[in-house]
Amino acid sequence: MSVRSAGLEEGKPVPSPAVPIAVGVALLVVVLAIFNPAWSDRWPESWEIPLAAWTTSAFQWLANDLSFGLFTFRNLTRGIAWLLDRPFDLVEGVLFRGFRGLGLGPIPWLALSLALGIAGYRLGGTRLAMLAALGVAYLAIFGVWKDSMRTLSLVAVTVPLAALVGIGLGVLATRKARAEKILQFLFDIMQATPHLAYLGPVAAFFGFGSVPGMIATAIFAMPPMARCTILGIRTVPDSVLEAGVMAGCSPRQLLWRVQLPAAKRTLLVGVNQVIMQTLAMAVIASLIGASGLGHKLLFSLQQLQLGKAIESGVAIVIMAIVLDRLSQAWAKFTPNHLEEEKVWWQRHRALLSVIGTVIVVSLLSMALPFLAKLPKSLTITTAPFWDGGIRWMSKNLFDYLEFLRDDFTLHVLIPLRNFFLWLPWPALAGFVGILAWRIGGTKPMLISLGLLLFILVTGFWVPAMMTLYLTSLAAVICMGLGVPIGIWSARSPSASKVILTICDTLQTFPSFIYLIPVIMLFRVGDLASLVAIIGYAMVPAIRYTNLGLSRVPPSVVEAARASGTAKRQMLFKVKLPMAMPEIMLGLNQTIVLALSMTAITALIGSRDLGQQILKALPDLDTGRGLLAGLCIAAIGLIASQMIESWVKQRKKQLGLSG
Amino acid sequence: MTVKLSCSNLWKVYGPDAASLFDGGGVPSDEVLTSGGYIGAVRNAGFDVEEGEILVLMGLSGSGKSTLLRCLSRLIEPTAGSVCFEGQDITHADEKSLRSLRRHKMGMVFQNFGLLPHRTALQNVVFPLEIQGLPRIVRERKALDLLNLVGLEGRETYYPRELSGGQQQRVGIARSLAVEPDVWLLDEPFSALDPLIRREMQDEFIRLQRSLKKTIVFVTHDFDEAVRLADRIAIMRGGIMVQLGTPEDLVVSPADSYVAEFTKTAPKARLIRARTAMQPLAGFTDIGSDDAVIPADATIEEAAPSVLAGKAQAIVIDDEGHPLGELTRGRVIEILFAPPEAEAAEAAANRDEAAL
Repeated sequence: MSVRSAGLEEGKPVPSPAVPIAVGVALLVVVLAIFNPAWSDRWPESWEIPLAAWTTSAFQWLANDLSFGLFTFRNLTRGIAWLLDRPFDLVEGVLFRGFRGLGLGPIPWLALSLALGIAGYRLGGTRLAMLAALGVAYLAIFGVWKDSMRTLSLVAVTVPLAALVGIGLGVLATRKARAEKILQFLFDIMQATPHLAYLGPVAAFFGFGSVPGMIATAIFAMPPMARCTILGIRTVPDSVLEAGVMAGCSPRQLLWRVQLPAAKRTLLVGVNQVIMQTLAMAVIASLIGASGLGHKLLFSLQQLQLGKAIESGVAIVIMAIVLDRLSQAWAKFTPNHLEEEKVWWQRHRALLSVIGTVIVVSLLSMALPFLAKLPKSLTITTAPFWDGGIRWMSKNLFDYLEFLRDDFTLHVLIPLRNFFLWLPWPALAGFVGILAWRIGGTKPMLISLGLLLFILVTGFWVPAMMTLYLTSLAAVICMGLGVPIGIWSARSPSASKVILTICDTLQTFPSFIYLIPVIMLFRVGDLASLVAIIGYAMVPAIRYTNLGLSRVPPSVVEAARASGTAKRQMLFKVKLPMAMPEIMLGLNQTIVLALSMTAITALIGSRDLGQQILKALPDLDTGRGLLAGLCIAAIGLIASQMIESWVKQRKKQLGLSG
Repeated sequence: MTVKLSCSNLWKVYGPDAASLFDGGGVPSDEVLTSGGYIGAVRNAGFDVEEGEILVLMGLSGSGKSTLLRCLSRLIEPTAGSVCFEGQDITHADEKSLRSLRRHKMGMVFQNFGLLPHRTALQNVVFPLEIQGLPRIVRERKALDLLNLVGLEGRETYYPRELSGGQQQRVGIARSLAVEPDVWLLDEPFSALDPLIRREMQDEFIRLQRSLKKTIVFVTHDFDEAVRLADRIAIMRGGIMVQLGTPEDLVVSPADSYVAEFTKTAPKARLIRARTAMQPLAGFTDIGSDDAVIPADATIEEAAPSVLAGKAQAIVIDDEGHPLGELTRGRVIEILFAPPEAEAAEAAANRDEAAL
C-alpha cells in the first residue's frame, strides 16, 4: 500500500511483475507443447490421491459400522427417516391417499383448486386467483393428479423443514461471527455444487425412496433461506433495533418481536426461493427414488416416450409457476389499516372461506364423485397429441435439424472438445493462475491453483475438461445472446416487459425440463446438451445486463447527453462501462447455472463430471459422486471468486456502492 | 433541584483495543488517537442534567452528539468514564438491571422514527408496555390515551408506511412516553421532517413538555431548534464539548469562533436578558417617575417597547424592586439591529486573542 502510493506520488507507474511471469508461463507452455512430456499431457495416476475410495469407505463405515454404544449410526438415520416420514405420511394422506382408517378420502381436486384460488385472490387479486385455480384444475383434468400430488407432498413437507433450518442457521450466523464465517464458506460450496451431487451422500445414509429424496431436497434448498435470514436481520434499520433495545427487550424478545418480524419480507423472499429450489430438486430426487412427476418424467425420458415426458414436464412447469406466483405475492403482500379496522371474521374471511369451500366440496363430492376424483374417462391425456407433433417434426424438420446438428457438431463442437482434452494441465493452470493474479492478487491465485490441484489429484481431470468445455462454450454463447437482449430490454420499456416476463417464467422451470425440447429437436449428443445448458443459464445474462443498465445514475446519463453524446457513444462509452460490474455478476450466475445444468445433461449422455455422479449413484460409490460434485463446485468457485474480486474493485473505482 | 442524569469523564473511542488506552487511569492525547488510527467519538464529556431540565446536545454531523446520547443509555458502551442515573452509577450495571432501567425509566425518540414496520400505530405504542408485561387492556388504554395526546386519534390502525413523516414521529413520541419515563432521550427527532412540519412539531414538543416536565436530553444539529427548546445547550465538535451554557450565555459570550459561527444568526433580542445587557448604575439612584422599569429577567425583545418609548432612562430592577442598572437605548437598538455577524465575529476575535 505504502509502496504503491509512494510510486504514485512520484508520478511513476509501479512496474508490474505480471508481464515477465506471463511471458515465463507462455514459454513454459510452448516448451511443454513441443516436448509434450507424459506428465504434462496427463496427470500421472501415481500422483493421484484415492480420495474418492477413502470417502466411499468412510461413508460405508459411518452407515454400517459406526455405533454410539446404545444405538448405531444406522439406527440414528433410520430414526430421522422415520420421524420425517410422519408429516410426510400425513400430507400424502391429505393430498392423495386419504385416511382409510378414518373413512376420509383425500382432498377433492376441486376443493384444492378453489382453495388455492381463494389464496391467490387474497394475495394478488383476480388474475392470480384464476392462475392458481386453473393451474390446479389442469393437473386434475389432464390426468396427472396423483403424480402431481406426490410431488406437492414432497414440497409441502420439505419447504417448512428447509425454511426452519435455514432461519435457525441464519439467526445463529447473525449472532456468532465464527459461525457465520463457517456457514458462509459452506454455503458458498453448497451453492456451487450441482443438485445431482447431493443425492449420493444422502442415499448412502438413508437409502432410496421418497424420504431420502426429501432430505436431499431440504439440504439443497436450505442455504438461500439462511442467506435471506442473515440479509433480512442485517438490514433491519438501526433505529428499529435500538427502539427494541430501549423498550427493554431481552435478546430473545428482540429476535422474535423485532428482528424477525421486521425482516419478514426478506424472509418470505427466502421462502419463495426455497419453494423453487425444492421443486427443482424434487424432480431430480426421483433419481434416488422420490416418486411423483419427476419420476414419471425421468422414466419417460429414458424410454424416449417424449409425449409422456412433455405431459409431466408441462405439469411440473404449471406447478412451479403457480407456487412461485403465490409465494411471491405473499412476500409482497402488505396489510393496511382498512383491514385492521374490520371485525375478526372479516379479517380472516379468506381462511374461513377456504375451510368452508373444502367442507362443502367434500360433502358435495359424496353425491358427485367426479368432484373428488375425475374418472379416467373425463381426463384428457395430451401425450398422443405431443407424440403426433413430434412425429410430424421428425418427418418434416428433423432432416434439416440433423444436418445442422451434424455440421455444427463436426466443425465446432468436436474440434473444441478435442482442444480442451488436448490442453496440457500446466498450460491451463498457468493461464488460470495468471488471470487470477492479475485480477485479484496473490490470494485469488493461490485459491484458484489450489482448486485446480484438487481436481487433478482426485483424478477427475478428463471429465472436468468435458464439463469445462460445455460450460464455457455455453457461457460464452449465453453472454453473446443475453447481453444484447438485455441492452434491448433496457432500451425499450415495452420490450422489457415481455422479455422480463419470459425470464421470470424460464427461471421457474426446474432444470430437468430443458432436456425435453432439446431431445425433441436434436435427439442426444453434445449439441442437445449445449442448447439445454444455454436455455437454462441465459436468464441471468439478460437480467443482470438489464439491471446494470437501468441502474446507471440518471445524472450521469444527463451529463453525457448534455455534452452531446450520440446514442451509440452513450451505450459504449457511458452506460456499458458503468453497468459492467452488474453484467459480470450476471456472468457469474450464468456460469453457476451452466455448471449445474451441465451435470444434468449427463442424463442425456454427456460424459462430464455429472456422468461420474450419475454412475456413482446406483453403486453407492459415494466418494466418487461427491468428489465429482465438489470438482464442479471447484470450477464454479474459481470463476466466481475471480469475478467477484474484479467486480469489487471495479465498483470501488466507479464509486458505486454495494 | 436534583440531578437526574449525569456523566463525567465520558469517552467513546473506536479502534483496536481502545480500552487499553485508558489503562492506568490516564487519558489519550490527540496525537495518540490520530497516530493509532483511533476515532474519538466522545472525548471527556461531563455534565449534569437536572430534573425537569431540557439539555440540548448541539453539533454538526460527526460531532459525537448522537454517540454521547447513546452512551447515556448504554445503547453504546462508553470506553471510559461514568454515567449516573438518579445518583447511581450505571456504567457497569448488568444486562438485567439495565433492561429494567430501560423498561421503566427511559424513553427514546429516533431520527428515523424506528417504528416497527409490522405493527400498527397503536401496536407500536403498546410495544414497550407489552415488553414490560402489562395486561392487554391496561396497555391498550394507555396507548390510546397517548395517541390522543400526540394528536393521532383515528389513526390507531394505520401502519407506519401509511403515515406521513410527521405522523410517524408522533407515534415515535407516543411510544417513547408509554412507559412514563423519567428521562426522555430524543435523537434529532425532527431532523427528518420538512421545515414547516418541524416547526409544528417543536411547538407540540414545547406544549407536551409544559405538562409533562420530563428530564430531557435532546440532540439536534439545528441551532435555532436548540435555542427554541433548550434550558441549556452543550455544543459539541469532534467529540469534545466545546461549551455548555444557557442560550443567552452562548450568544453573549461564545467560547470560540466555532460557537460564534452558530450564534451569529440567533435571535439575540429574544435571548439576551436585561440583566445581561444593562450597565451597572454608578451610584444609588432613585427611580424617577418618568423612568421605565424593566424586570431583570425580561428579554430585550420584551423590554424594547418601554425602553424605546420611554422619555427618561430605563432602570432594571430585581425581584424586590431594587434598581440594578440602566438599559440604554443605544444598547437595545444595538442588540435589536446591529449586524449580528460583526458583533459575534468581534466578540469571538477578542476571545480567541485572549485565549492566545
